[in-house]
Amino acid sequence: MPEIVVQAEPFDMGERLNRFAARQENAGAVVSFSGIVRDAAAGGLTAMEIEHFPGMTEKALSGIAGEAMTRWSLMDAFILHRYGRMGQGETIMMVATAARHRGEAFAAAEFLMDYLKSRAPFWKKEFTFEGAAWVEAREEDEEALSRWSSGG
Amino acid sequence: MIELRYFAWVRERVGTGHETVHTDAETVGALIEELKGRDEGYAFAFSDPGAIRAAVDQELAGPDTPIAGAKEVAFFPPMTGG
Repeated sequence: MPEIVVQAEPFDMGERLNRFAARQENAGAVVSFSGIVRDAAAGGLTAMEIEHFPGMTEKALSGIAGEAMTRWSLMDAFILHRYGRMGQGETIMMVATAARHRGEAFAAAEFLMDYLKSRAPFWKKEFTFEGAAWVEAREEDEEALSRWSSGG
Repeated sequence: MIELRYFAWVRERVGTGHETVHTDAETVGALIEELKGRDEGYAFAFSDPGAIRAAVDQELAGPDTPIAGAKEVAFFPPMTGG
């Protein structure tokens, strides 16, 4: 069963990854990705705030993880995503996948990222010295999903 | 009666995060049209239906998704997680 965590608190990605790797019995490959708050405004980002839809968020993430498990015969998957206010350099989220071989683990991690960017109910708001603005979804994010529809 | 939820800038524009309403709309799209007529905030929030995403009982939905029997409909901008 994939593990899904949605929390406001900061987390230690090294510790999370170690725990994930340690519980695998016969995986030959563990891949992880972490997203970090960066200053997209190029100077002046004071904070980022992430809003989410409690309930639907967990459901959507479980659905995405379940899909990845089947598609790549994963042994395990982990998604952690934060919400609330965070500063530049803080870790927003991470995914980890475990499989027999690295190909499946890499592909599944990328699939998880592509899907959770535009199919999980999170919304980012950036605060700069000039005010606050909701981050707009990028067309590339939507396009990134189409490559998975022809069989991965 | 149906529960409506709003998130991100949709919430800011309509001025509330949730409300319970009576509606005669049969689909998500028809509900959007109905909400648009409520006041300036709603009209602003829903002025570009292409920029709005919806979920019916926490499942992503489109304009043609029926809302009969649904407990909750949520409206929000395209998602920006990750």
